[in-house]
Amino acid sequence: MMVRLRVFEQRAHELFVEGLVRGTTHLATGQEAVAAGVAAAMRPDDYTLCTYRGHHHTLARGVPMAPVMAELMGRAGGLMGGKGGSMHLTSIEHGVLGSYAIVGAHLCIALGAAWSSQLRASGQVAVCFFGDGTTNIGAFHEALNLAVVWRLPVVFVCENNQYMEYTPIRSVTAVEHPAADRAAAYGLEPVLIDGNDVDVVLATARTAIDRARAGDGPTLIEAETYRHGGHSRGDPGTYRPPEEIRAWLARDPVVTYRARLVDGGVEIASLDDIDADARAEVETAIADAIAQAIPDEAKLASDVWHDGGSAWRN
Amino acid sequence: MAELTYRAAVAAAIAQEMERDPSVLLVGEDVGRAGGVFKATPGLLDQFGDRRVRDTPISEQAILGLAMGAAMTGMRPIAEIMFSDFLAVCWDLVANEIAKTRYMTDGQVSLPLVIRTANGGGLHFGAQHSQSVENWAMQIPGLKVVAPSNPADMKGLLAAAIRDPDPVVVFEHKALYSVKGKVPDGEHIAPLGRAEVITAGADATVVALAAMVPVALAAAEQLAADGIHVAVVDLRSLIPLDVTTVLNSVARTGWLFTVEENPRVGGWGAELASIVAEEGIDHLSGPIVRITAPHVPLPAAENLESLAIPTPDRVAGRIRAALR
Repeated sequence: MMVRLRVFEQRAHELFVEGLVRGTTHLATGQEAVAAGVAAAMRPDDYTLCTYRGHHHTLARGVPMAPVMAELMGRAGGLMGGKGGSMHLTSIEHGVLGSYAIVGAHLCIALGAAWSSQLRASGQVAVCFFGDGTTNIGAFHEALNLAVVWRLPVVFVCENNQYMEYTPIRSVTAVEHPAADRAAAYGLEPVLIDGNDVDVVLATARTAIDRARAGDGPTLIEAETYRHGGHSRGDPGTYRPPEEIRAWLARDPVVTYRARLVDGGVEIASLDDIDADARAEVETAIADAIAQAIPDEAKLASDVWHDGGSAWRN
Repeated sequence: MAELTYRAAVAAAIAQEMERDPSVLLVGEDVGRAGGVFKATPGLLDQFGDRRVRDTPISEQAILGLAMGAAMTGMRPIAEIMFSDFLAVCWDLVANEIAKTRYMTDGQVSLPLVIRTANGGGLHFGAQHSQSVENWAMQIPGLKVVAPSNPADMKGLLAAAIRDPDPVVVFEHKALYSVKGKVPDGEHIAPLGRAEVITAGADATVVALAAMVPVALAAAEQLAADGIHVAVVDLRSLIPLDVTTVLNSVARTGWLFTVEENPRVGGWGAELASIVAEEGIDHLSGPIVRITAPHVPLPAAENLESLAIPTPDRVAGRIRAALR
C-alpha cells in the first residue's frame, strides 16, 4: 500500500509540473505510513475524514486510482465528476466521508458521523486525520471536548509533519507536541508515536479503533512524520534546514519498511514485484484519466439540490 | 384549529416530525433540559429522550458538525444556533461545508438537516443579538432559507424543512415567539418556496418577510383608511424564491415595495427588485422602493432601535409618498 501511495504522489507531482493536473495539489509523500497503517486497522464500513492533503487517505481506503487521478485532472470520470478536485476527494461507498479544505471543520463533522454510528449502534468508527496546524484552531478543541463528553466512537489522528504550511509548528505552538500535549486537557492519555513506522501506526490504530468500537470513547493520536515536499504545488520547501530534511529522509517510511521486510526474510524479488505493480497501476490510471472527456457543461448546474438541479426560484 | 404561540408551533413541528421519523434528532445549547432559551423546545427531551434531544456545550462549530456528519450517515438532525448572530462563529460549517458538499461530491452526499436560529430585532438586545441575517444565508448556493411570519407557517414550514432532503436554514423571529395564531389540527406541512398573498389590493404590492409581515399589514390598514389598497405578500421563503407570485401581483398593481428588517446593502429585497426590474419593468408605474433598516449595526436603546427597524407609520408614509 505504501508503495502505491508513494508512486501515485510522485506521478501526481510530475503531472502537475507538466500541466496535466491543474489547480493545486498537496502531496503526502513521506506520510504514507500513517494512511496505510490506520487504514489497515479499519473495518470496510468505518468512516474516514481527512484534509486537503488527502490523496493517500482516500486511496488507502480502497478507492481505485483511476477516478482519483481523473479527479485531479478535472475529467468526467473523476471521483466527483471533476467538481471537487484534489482537495475534496470523497467516496461514500468506501466510507471516505470527505477531504476537507478549510482547516478544522471536519473534526466536528467526524463527531456527527460518530454520533450517528452510536445512535444506530452500528459499531462503525469515524477516523479523522488532520495536520499539526489544526491543533491551533478552535474546532479542534470543540471536537475533542464533545467527543469525550459524549464518549463518541471517533479516533483523531494528528499527522504532525512539523510544518503548518510554511511555518515550523513549534514556532507557533505553546507546547512541544501540538496534539499529544493537549490530550490531558480533555482527560485523554497522550499518544505520541513514530508516524513513519507503519507497524507502530497499525498497532496504535488497532488499539484506538477497538476502544472506540467497544464504546470506550475517543483517542487522540499524534503521529510524527515529515512532508518530503513543500506545502503545495510548486513550493520546494526551501525554508527547511537541509540537515533536517536529510535526517527525515533517512527515516523514509517506504525505504525503512522495505529494509525491515528484507531483514525479516522477504525476498527482494517479491518486493520488486510490488514496486512494479504499483508503477503499472499508476500508469494505467494516468492513461485512463487522460483518455477521458472533460466534464459535460451540464455538470455546472447539477446536484446543488437533492433533485439533481440548482433551481433557486420559480 | 388550535390557537398556538409561534414558539409553541416550533415545538409542535419538531414533535410531529420526531414522532413520525425516528431519524429526526434535535441538538443545540439548552434545547433539552432548559427547553430552549426562548422556550421553543420544552417537553421534547421528556417525550423523546436524551439520545434524540441533546444538549451541547457552547460549541457552535461542533453543533453544526454533529448535524452534518449525522446527516451524511442517515440521520435527519435539527441543529439550533441560539441567536442567528452566532452563525458568524460557525459560518465555515454553514457556507463551506453544509452548503457545498453535495455539489462538490457530484451528488454522492445528501444533507437532510435543518439549522434553526432566532433572528431579528425588536427586543433591545443590541447589535450582536438582534441582527436580521437571512440574507447571509440566502447568498450561499446550496442552502434553502425560510422565515415564517406566524404560528401556522412556523409549524408547517419547519415541518417541511425537516422533511426536505436538502439543508434548510429556518429563521425564527424572536419578536414573534409570543404571537398567537390559529394552527391547523393534525399533521400540518407548508411547502417551501411559496409566497402567500395575504391581502388583495390593486394599488401597490408590498412584499415582507417574518416580523415585517405584521408591520406591512398594519401599514396596509393605515393606508386603507386613506383609500389606498395594497396587496401584502408574505414571501415566507427566500430560497426557493417565489418570484411568480410577486411578478403576478406587480402586474396587477404597478408598484413594488419591499419591507426588510435587514440593513440596506444586499438585502433580499435587492435581489427581488432586480428580478422585477429585469422581468417586470413593463408593469411598473414608478420606481421600486425598498424600505429597510439603515446600513448601521442595530442599537440597543429602545428609541434608536425602533428608529432603525421599519414601523407601520414609516412604511405607510413611504408608500403614500411614492403613490402620491
